[in-house]
Amino acid sequence: MGHNVYIYIMIMAVITYAIRTLPLTLIRKPIKNQFFQSFLYYVPYVTLAVMTFPAIIDATQTPVAGAAALIVGIIVAWRGTGLFQVSASCCAVVFFIELFF
Amino acid sequence: MKKFRTSISAVFNRGLRDGLRDGLPIGLGYLAVSFSLGIAARNAGLTAFQGFLASALINASAGEYALFTLIAARATYLEAALVTLIANARYLLMSFSLSQRFAPSSPLRHRFFIGFDITDELFGITIARPGHVDPYYTYGAFLIAGPCWAVGTLLGVIAGNLLPLRLVSALSVALYGMFLAVIIPPSRKNKVIAGIVLVCFAGSYLSKYLPVISSLSDGMRIIILTVFISLAAALLFPVKQDIGKED
Repeated sequence: MGHNVYIYIMIMAVITYAIRTLPLTLIRKPIKNQFFQSFLYYVPYVTLAVMTFPAIIDATQTPVAGAAALIVGIIVAWRGTGLFQVSASCCAVVFFIELFF
Repeated sequence: MKKFRTSISAVFNRGLRDGLRDGLPIGLGYLAVSFSLGIAARNAGLTAFQGFLASALINASAGEYALFTLIAARATYLEAALVTLIANARYLLMSFSLSQRFAPSSPLRHRFFIGFDITDELFGITIARPGHVDPYYTYGAFLIAGPCWAVGTLLGVIAGNLLPLRLVSALSVALYGMFLAVIIPPSRKNKVIAGIVLVCFAGSYLSKYLPVISSLSDGMRIIILTVFISLAAALLFPVKQDIGKED
């Protein structure tokens, strides 16, 4: 069995594209089942929340900076400011905290 | 008819413009993350072009990281295929979720193109917009974020450790900031969502340390938690309105 880098890349590209596209293209009718509808309604919030914490704390050089970014991000987002501002505040907090630690 | 056309193009342009705007912070975050991904690619023996190609075709951080590790370990193609399925299975759920938010009149080609654009972040901002999916919004964001991802990987392979660590560290939270911007505003309006977000934080934290589940890969843990918590939420708090018509 060979170890061609391009074949590895192609395998992953094809499978990943299939995963992303099959439900989108095969299920074109609205699903009426209320339970399944509710499940899909919660999926985005759950998956994004699960990915955010504790990963944000592990992403920075010092965990304190990541924790501060989480708190500041929540406060700024709570006040209803846009995506860019929330994101930029998180980065700024990490940058300043890591200047001093 | 002419008036109808202009109003349609105005909507498209606004969607595209909003997408380009929201794609910028995502792109900046991607540059930082893919830069470190590029370093992993170099360590696995990939050339700058191969790293660029992988990122341009795959658009998946955890999946690509796993792939580079496998290439370095000279794994079999079958192993690579299985790891891909596991690391990227969460996109299946996202694709499901998006399939319910497309306008019935939307042409099929949009579903094929949007499928390529499903990353954690682009899915997040697409689903965060009320009403039906506006494909042009997602295309706008991808137009900025996609090239950033591929170019960042390329630079990571070439430049390795040139970017100051402090800057990489600061940029690496950009993605999480965007996640917060998606999940926090609805939490303010809806106590159920707020409660679920807290449960997710706690569950995700615990799953890193509890026996058995902590030995699974990040991608696998995300899927298990997503399915389990979403099922529980759907059982306990069924949503009344039609998702596609929610506003």
